Amino acid sequence: MGRWTPNFARLNSRRFGSLAIPILAVLSAFIVGSLFLIVTDIPALQLLFSGQPINFLTTALGNVVHAYTALLTGAFGDPARFVEALQEGTPEAWATAFRPLSETLVAATPLIFTGLAIAVSFRSGVFNIGGDGQFVLGALGATAVALLFRDFPAPVTLIASLLAGIVFGMAWGFIPGFLKARTGAHEVITTIMLNYVALQIVQLALRTDFMRPATGTEPISKVIDFVRVPQLIPLPGLRLHWGFIVALIVAAGVSYFLFRTTKGFELRSSGLNLTAARYAGMSAGGSIILAMVVSGALCGLAGAFQVLGTVKQMSNDVDSGYGWTAIALALLGGTRPGGVIAAALLFGALNNGGHEMQIETGIPLDLLTFIQALVILFVAAPELVRKIYRLKARSVDSGVALEEGAAA
Amino acid sequence: MRLELRDITKQFPGVLANDRISIAADRGKVLGLLGENGAGKTTLMNILSGLYRPDSGEILIDGEPRVFDDPAQAISAGIGMVHQHFMLVPVFDVVESVALGSEPVKGVARTFDRATARKRVQELSSQYNLDVNPDAKIEDLPVGVRQRVEILKALYRKSDILVLDEPSAVLTPGETEELFGIIRGLAAGGTTIIFITHKLNEVLEVADTITVLRRGRVAGTVLPNETSREELANLMVGRDVELTVARGEAHPGAVVLELKDVFIRNDRDEVSVRGATLEVRAGEIVAVAGVQGNGQTELVEAITGLRHIDSGHIKIDGVLVDQAKPRKVSDLGVAHIPEDRMRDGLVKDMTVAENYILDSYHREPYSSGGRFDRDAISREAAKGVQEFDIRTPSIQTHVGSLSGGNQQKVIVAREFSRPVKLVVAAQPTRGLDVGSIEYIHRRIIEQRDAGAAILIVSTELDEVLALGDRVAVMFSGQIVGVLTSDQATKEAVGMLMGGVH
Repeated sequence: MGRWTPNFARLNSRRFGSLAIPILAVLSAFIVGSLFLIVTDIPALQLLFSGQPINFLTTALGNVVHAYTALLTGAFGDPARFVEALQEGTPEAWATAFRPLSETLVAATPLIFTGLAIAVSFRSGVFNIGGDGQFVLGALGATAVALLFRDFPAPVTLIASLLAGIVFGMAWGFIPGFLKARTGAHEVITTIMLNYVALQIVQLALRTDFMRPATGTEPISKVIDFVRVPQLIPLPGLRLHWGFIVALIVAAGVSYFLFRTTKGFELRSSGLNLTAARYAGMSAGGSIILAMVVSGALCGLAGAFQVLGTVKQMSNDVDSGYGWTAIALALLGGTRPGGVIAAALLFGALNNGGHEMQIETGIPLDLLTFIQALVILFVAAPELVRKIYRLKARSVDSGVALEEGAAA
Repeated sequence: MRLELRDITKQFPGVLANDRISIAADRGKVLGLLGENGAGKTTLMNILSGLYRPDSGEILIDGEPRVFDDPAQAISAGIGMVHQHFMLVPVFDVVESVALGSEPVKGVARTFDRATARKRVQELSSQYNLDVNPDAKIEDLPVGVRQRVEILKALYRKSDILVLDEPSAVLTPGETEELFGIIRGLAAGGTTIIFITHKLNEVLEVADTITVLRRGRVAGTVLPNETSREELANLMVGRDVELTVARGEAHPGAVVLELKDVFIRNDRDEVSVRGATLEVRAGEIVAVAGVQGNGQTELVEAITGLRHIDSGHIKIDGVLVDQAKPRKVSDLGVAHIPEDRMRDGLVKDMTVAENYILDSYHREPYSSGGRFDRDAISREAAKGVQEFDIRTPSIQTHVGSLSGGNQQKVIVAREFSRPVKLVVAAQPTRGLDVGSIEYIHRRIIEQRDAGAAILIVSTELDEVLALGDRVAVMFSGQIVGVLTSDQATKEAVGMLMGGVH
């Protein structure tokens, strides 16, 4: 371990300082994940207990490598398929090669939106735990408007539906923001509670004839096949749509908003020091409401794209905990838009690659939940990571040096 | 015990924090360690308390060289620290707080033996005249008493050498006097005391010898009866310092701030300002003196739009601002230097540049149409940093990592970067070293001479007398007297501050 120290110390310089912890957290999570794989690898353990430690090690490590390789090919594609596609040159072959990557990005798209939403709220000192509710209502709003506008030209329907998603999410964010600004009601409580209200509204809506398909009794909407978010890669069967690009653009927009506009400055100031923000003439209530509205709008847009672009049908399980995962992503990404994108891509890759791993090796998907949880754990405990990799506590040390230096 | 530090050197990346520092304190004596922020006092104490290892040099206790690998070893060697920021658990009572970490135990279960601990605490507090109720909860105690708990904690661990780091920073003048009594008592009982401060009056009053540090080195060691405030200031700063900045005659013009019969409630809904009436004219400094908590805080908040008033009226430049918001007040040309710079004046996790524009970010040239002009911000912030001599590695440095003096300069630079008609400055130099105090006073007088009306609120009598063209004294929510600078002697103002009139 000692010989490694200088390398990590260099990682810890100003430029890399903020990246070192998340990167090492991911690395640590995979290492612990592989240890877990080894100690649960019964066939390999039998080798160990029958007195073949070398065989045990090679078998167990081989299995770990196999699992992670499957994970990688599942997430990003198999190089062999790309070679095949090059040789054959048919769209079908290319589609096969690109499908894993496409699915990873499809999985990452809602995570980018919701991660950004939560990052905005955290930056503003507001804890939006209601991403889930804002997401499903955004999806519901988009579905409803799509059905209402189904006879209009497709582009009109699409844009109206997306706007509806934004508006519904916004409204669901506005309520807790307004309550907090006016009455001081704590947003953690109100947003959590509104999640349940939102789910009940969806239940109710899915029972109406307006939403329901002509046949069937399940709480599920008509298929939205009359409007589609354009495909990003024009190959057959690839689900990746323009929502992904919109997510990237929105991330750039959020970054611009937070760091280059006066409103963003107000949000960040309020988030870091509310009394100083008041002193400086900023409106605390206004900042809270704005943060919740922006956050809600982003979650709503995520829901709209999910239902219009990816699943094409509104149902109870349109969201798979995106609002919750988003909290982890915002933290993992250091509440910076670029960081959120990276975190969302990582989680998208894990979720998607996990299926391939499960098929190839029989290792259950739960391992990836386990690894994701470990990533969060390590990010939430930076001191632990610093200890493991012998990193210097950068903020403290440089703080002392600066103080002495600045005053000297 | 006799404590000696010999040739202590400690290097941090880019900074030589301690450069061959030698100090010595005899048994039962008080060593005053004087220096500006950043002079290396804290580093030296962290070395003494075992937090840092020196790069070279030795620590001798009664002539024996000692090496401390961690704070526990320093404590067992008899060194007790009382930090500037108290390290107490608010919900514990005094006995628990004092015993924490070295609790007496009883029985096989080794449970906390409260009775024994309580007895020791009582013995210690009567022995050293440290008046503390052993059963009071920490959170209910005023700061002065909390500090006594910290001292008790050190004594409980049988400390023969007591290090007090800026102990008066959080105390009222009365509490400071009591602390000095305690220090003298401890020294008379044989405890060796190291008293770290940047306040000249305090070392002169309480220390037996004074060692002055400057930029990591010993600038001189002097005896209190053979030195003067001027000499100490010179040693600290390395040049002659005007302890009282010279100012010419005031030429008062039109009334800028007008308070009439103002009543204000505080956060606990008690009337804390009752009928304040005051005028401040362009080109004059009115200094409001008073012991902390006599309504000054609420008065300043009301003038700057942070608090509503109950009745009466406040006019700035003829405009009624009774119910105005902070933004409107600052738009009238009011510069506000707040009482608590870390709570109100700065966002410590933001950069110097961001703090420089904190209350004018929405104006040209920093932004237009809601969008920032980053070049203009950098340019203006760099100008402010240069003009106000703010020592910072860059304008992108977080304000929280600057020294107190430089943080305050960021605020002053920001507030004076706009055209100013009225300056409202609350405790503008609290916690700052003499060099920074001189600097900030000079800037305030410059604003006066440029025609601004200036209202200073300060609990430091020296500051009030140094700056006030007129001195208003607040007591129990009322302005009990307004004196001209000729009438305002220490005694006259002090009497009014104490409620005698």
